[in-house]
Amino acid sequence: MPAGTHGAPARLSARDRARRAARGGESPRSVPGPLLVPAVIAVAFLVLPLAGLVVRAPWGRLGSALSGADAVQALVLSLWTATVATGVCLVIGVPLAWVLARTRFPGQRLLRALVTLPLVLPPVVGGVALLLAFGREGFLGRLLDSWFGLTIPFTPLAVVMAQTFVAMPFLVITVEGALRSADLGFEEAAATLGASRMTVFRRVTVPLIAPSLGAGAVLCWARALGEFGATITFAGSFPGQTETMPIAVYYALENDPDAAIALSLVLLLVSVLVLASLRDRWLRGGAVQ
Amino acid sequence: MTGHPGEGGSLEFDATVRRGSFSLAVAFAVPPGQVLGVLGPNGAGKTTLLRALAGLTPVAEGRITLGGLVVDDAAAGTFVDAARRPAGYVFQDYRLFPHLSVAENVAFSPRARGLGRAAARAAARSWLDRLGLADLAGRKPAELSGGQAQRVALARALAGEPALLLLDEPLAALDAQTRLDVQSELRQHLVDFAGPCLLVTHDPLEALVLADRLLVLEGGQIVQDGTPGQVARQPATDYVAKLVGLNLYAGRAGGSAVTLNDGGSFIIPGHGEHGDVLVAVRPSAVLVGGEPPHATSARNVWPATVTGLTMLADRVRLDLRGQPSALADVTPAAVTELSLEPGSQVWLSVKATDLEVYARDHGQSGGAG
Repeated sequence: MPAGTHGAPARLSARDRARRAARGGESPRSVPGPLLVPAVIAVAFLVLPLAGLVVRAPWGRLGSALSGADAVQALVLSLWTATVATGVCLVIGVPLAWVLARTRFPGQRLLRALVTLPLVLPPVVGGVALLLAFGREGFLGRLLDSWFGLTIPFTPLAVVMAQTFVAMPFLVITVEGALRSADLGFEEAAATLGASRMTVFRRVTVPLIAPSLGAGAVLCWARALGEFGATITFAGSFPGQTETMPIAVYYALENDPDAAIALSLVLLLVSVLVLASLRDRWLRGGAVQ
Repeated sequence: MTGHPGEGGSLEFDATVRRGSFSLAVAFAVPPGQVLGVLGPNGAGKTTLLRALAGLTPVAEGRITLGGLVVDDAAAGTFVDAARRPAGYVFQDYRLFPHLSVAENVAFSPRARGLGRAAARAAARSWLDRLGLADLAGRKPAELSGGQAQRVALARALAGEPALLLLDEPLAALDAQTRLDVQSELRQHLVDFAGPCLLVTHDPLEALVLADRLLVLEGGQIVQDGTPGQVARQPATDYVAKLVGLNLYAGRAGGSAVTLNDGGSFIIPGHGEHGDVLVAVRPSAVLVGGEPPHATSARNVWPATVTGLTMLADRVRLDLRGQPSALADVTPAAVTELSLEPGSQVWLSVKATDLEVYARDHGQSGGAG
């Protein structure tokens, strides 16, 4: 009798019995081969390169490798620009998410497609677009230059703008989804208690979506921190001015591979910390305030 | 903020509210201090009515005035939105803000209506004290029992000092024991409330205990408007009759005879009604026997077939098909004695004095009580 037909007994340990009884259905440990093999390949593909990074790291001269590449400068620049960009995304992105989730107007679907475009657009194209708009010869940049004497490209401001451009859709999409699935009953209750629409937004809507807001902000920050293409196109790579960590890694790889690995390690560490913070504060759910 | 109507202003509602294909068209008034129970089956428009009163759904036609102040008028285009309407709403699912403590929930309305932080907190504390919730001030809604959450929802609505109080099935989410406890307490708070109050329910007992007057809605229309006693004794429709557990028959009166529309007739000497009437009789007044009893003018007798038996607390309710069909309550002993089972042939009799006859249009005017 071939395996798997009716009546063929299989072994079932006492532990598996208890597990099946508790969860119902198949044991959570049994995975069919055709699913298991690709899954293992996927894990290896994702994890092995990172493991290689850790193994190949110049642990002995990590300190000197980092200082040699102006790593501290680049890290500080990356951290503050990503933080400011996230702040900007929150200030203008959350209201946008609210408008997309809570109102109906003609062309709304087109607008949603437009604001999420940077999500799929190659970042370097975003950089070119920013340059064409805000560059010295750009249609907006020219006005800013003649009115305020403000030149944006190749400044830390350009770094922040490039990061905001690329990262905002992450926040908008996360927050819009949360707003759509939020229970409108609480907002109605707040209205019957005398709260204006702004008060409802401030005291009910935002606190209720706080977990998603936090997750969106962290995603947004991580995306801003890793920004490369739009930044190098629009802001260039002046050390201390616009050379962020990812750009520093890219250049270090040419001249000083050890420094590149050390810088990458630092970014990896920051990413792991971000993930851990997501896990503890937001992914657990229900953590408000 | 628009003017706050004086405390105790009456509510006048004469409007049509539409939600999708459903339309609610009713007119009634509630004087200050009266608790109007709104009774009706699912989909009758009870919640739609409350939403219109709270300003969550604008009326399509007609107007609503509260204490002489127009809060919604479709023709004039006047509309006071929910935030500025002095209506307190206790939702069926309470809708306590899960991220705020009990005290913050209760302070929400005073704060939203312009009080400073300290003043709002003081107002909340006094309401918590009044409703015996002071010990729970620091808890989150998730840490409350059903009865406690119900009280907090009431405190939160009252803390806004509303001129109109709306309660949507306030006890529906509670288990039977808690419901009894909360019910008598709620009664006290409703008595203390100075303005008009509407209480939606589909529990007749709740309506009888809590309401001063009942409005029965069916299909977006008022089918009965009267005191709980009137509604319980003389139900206007089958729905109400079932709710209060009465047999109800529509018919035409001619002399002492009432010919029932669905077959059968009653002799009821001296009932004094003419034309279309309703006849109500309690299931316990329908006597069941195996032999035809002696018929007199004071006693109506007819044969029937048992179609169902249901055990109630201490009686058995018989479902009987005949001319007319009826519900009758008998003792379990009688079921055994008469060996009653589905299909059994029995004789029913009702004393004429147990048959309540009243004009059919009773209480259906929809006018103010």
